[in-house]
Amino acid sequence: MVSTSLQTLIANRRRRQRRYRSVVSILALLVVALFALSLAIGQTVTPPLEVIRVLLGEQIGGASFTVGQLRLPRAVMSVLAGLSFGLGGVTFQLMLRNPLASPDIIGITSGASAAAVFAIIVLSLNGPIVSIIAVVAGLGVSMLVYGLSLRNGVAGTRLILVGIGISAMLESIIAYILSSAPAWNLQEAMRWLTGSVNGAQLGQAIPLLASLAVFGGLLLSRSRDLEALRLGDDMASALGVGVARTRMLIMVAAVGMIASATAVSGPIAFVAFLSGPIAARIVGSSSSPLVPAALIGAVLVLAGDFAGQFLLPSRYPVGVVTGALGAPYLIYLIVRVNRTGSAL
Amino acid sequence: MMTDRRPDAKHRISAIALTNRNRALWLAGVVALLAALCALSVTVGTRDVSWSDITAALAGRTDNLGQAAVALRIPRTLLGVLAGAALGLAGAVMQGVTRNPLADPGILGVNMGASLAVVIGIVWFQIETAGAYIWWAIAGAALAAVFVYTIGSLGRGGATPLKLALAGAATSVAFASLVIAVVLPRADIAGGIRSWQIGGIGGATSERIWPVLPFLAVGFAISLLSARKLNLLALGDELAVGLGERVAFARASASIGAILLCGASTAVCGPIGFLGLVVPHVCRLLVGIDHRWLLPFSALGGACLLIAADVAGRIAARPAEIDVGILTALIGAPVFIWIVRRQRVREL
Repeated sequence: MVSTSLQTLIANRRRRQRRYRSVVSILALLVVALFALSLAIGQTVTPPLEVIRVLLGEQIGGASFTVGQLRLPRAVMSVLAGLSFGLGGVTFQLMLRNPLASPDIIGITSGASAAAVFAIIVLSLNGPIVSIIAVVAGLGVSMLVYGLSLRNGVAGTRLILVGIGISAMLESIIAYILSSAPAWNLQEAMRWLTGSVNGAQLGQAIPLLASLAVFGGLLLSRSRDLEALRLGDDMASALGVGVARTRMLIMVAAVGMIASATAVSGPIAFVAFLSGPIAARIVGSSSSPLVPAALIGAVLVLAGDFAGQFLLPSRYPVGVVTGALGAPYLIYLIVRVNRTGSAL
Repeated sequence: MMTDRRPDAKHRISAIALTNRNRALWLAGVVALLAALCALSVTVGTRDVSWSDITAALAGRTDNLGQAAVALRIPRTLLGVLAGAALGLAGAVMQGVTRNPLADPGILGVNMGASLAVVIGIVWFQIETAGAYIWWAIAGAALAAVFVYTIGSLGRGGATPLKLALAGAATSVAFASLVIAVVLPRADIAGGIRSWQIGGIGGATSERIWPVLPFLAVGFAISLLSARKLNLLALGDELAVGLGERVAFARASASIGAILLCGASTAVCGPIGFLGLVVPHVCRLLVGIDHRWLLPFSALGGACLLIAADVAGRIAARPAEIDVGILTALIGAPVFIWIVRRQRVREL
């Protein structure tokens, strides 16, 4: 009797692991496929062989420019930003145990975006220093939101509403800086309002890659502790997790990723918010949705950018596409949260 | 019996008379403040204008640049007063109807709903006249209000303040992102994306103001006439029913007034948030919770705050301007957070 229940337990666990592995590999393949698609297809179609030759460093008239200079930076940026938003977003949602507590709703991306806009337009900075400023601002805002929602412990709803209030202030600051900028450039403005990978350069990918390696690595190495935090603070400390320290580390890592991505691509709307719930839906509630959410973030940004450029009647920056996708889902989620209580 | 009661009643009447005198004093003060702010709004701006030019412009002359600048500031000030009064009053009515200290046309998504409706009308249905804008805006405001109230009252506990605020704020965020998606392909109004996301009174002309006046007038009338009903609603639904009030009718009629005010003001100014949140709270501190006083005060206070924010935006950013929608968010969001912090919550 005991042995059969143990066997079913083990069998279930194996099945879950198999399912998890197949989900992750399918998503990874999807990312690769979309990446290849966005390298090969644009205003003109480049044959796959030429794409590969360009990637290997050959000079081919025309293709070297379109693939190497235009499409590759854009696709690389989409993947990196998508991974960062997806992973950072789901981390917040898991840690605060509420799908609405995503960084783009509680003001953290707005904080990073406001800081980046300030650094770029008012202080005329560029390069990695912008990312650093954005990360610091993102951390500051998350501390502020957390601190302001402390009152007999943090209640999810209060934290989200405080975050929405802070976010409203930061967005009005962004709007002010953009409107007082010497040349009001719609393309630039759209980047900081909804996020875009237009005009991406390969050089910008380096800080993003670095932050993904450092913060993403830190997060994934702590994913077990994060799982414990999902069970509630008491349970987590009973399991031997230092709750305050772990939460701080995880928050720093998640904010770091979100803010570095925002500093480059702007706050790509709702990618952080959408990835987690989609991942949780696919892998089921018993597996960790971290890696799947990161991959889904990359899929969303790649697909959104591709659709925004070529599939829709007029050209949209990626943030508008993901924003239009995310808006109905946000409303659906509010309905569900109000009706049945929240859980990712 | 009678002799027992009389001194007490007399005492109470004198107390009411006293507070009424206080309120009358406050009323005079607020009206004077509004007049002063309007004067400031006409005289202060990017261009320094001499007194003679100001008086000449007020008399209707536009002979030189200074006079022309003042002539532009007059409709702007008028619009500021109207929109501020509309939003302040709408906020007070919404707080009364929902018995929710966090209610505000911006936070509950009503203004953004109006904005989205206008933008959809412009881009997909080629509406062009100011009159059409208003109908679309009012329809959008009404749909958004019904929608947010419905989803806010789902589940346990009905429409608690935090649930309603969360439903409204999330709806507002979602609508804002749809506004961008709808407007962006239209290069000709793309510069106007900003004006449908963050409201301002910069581009006011009298041609744009005239069409909204009837709507605002009806909205003001309905809202102000609902004061007694809101007082009864404040006692709680059961008591209000016991006192013979038709609760659903009272809510619906007061809401229609507020929706007219929000829709009409958003059609001209774009969505201006947080004004309707802050003003009624300040007014409650001054004149108490009686809606017969609170509503007119909120209207006057809203006008004062909007004009003050607009003038401040013109002075602070010379030679540019800061849209009032930006400043009201900066002033109002901290108040919003403060009220959120005072609410008792349980985990959703």
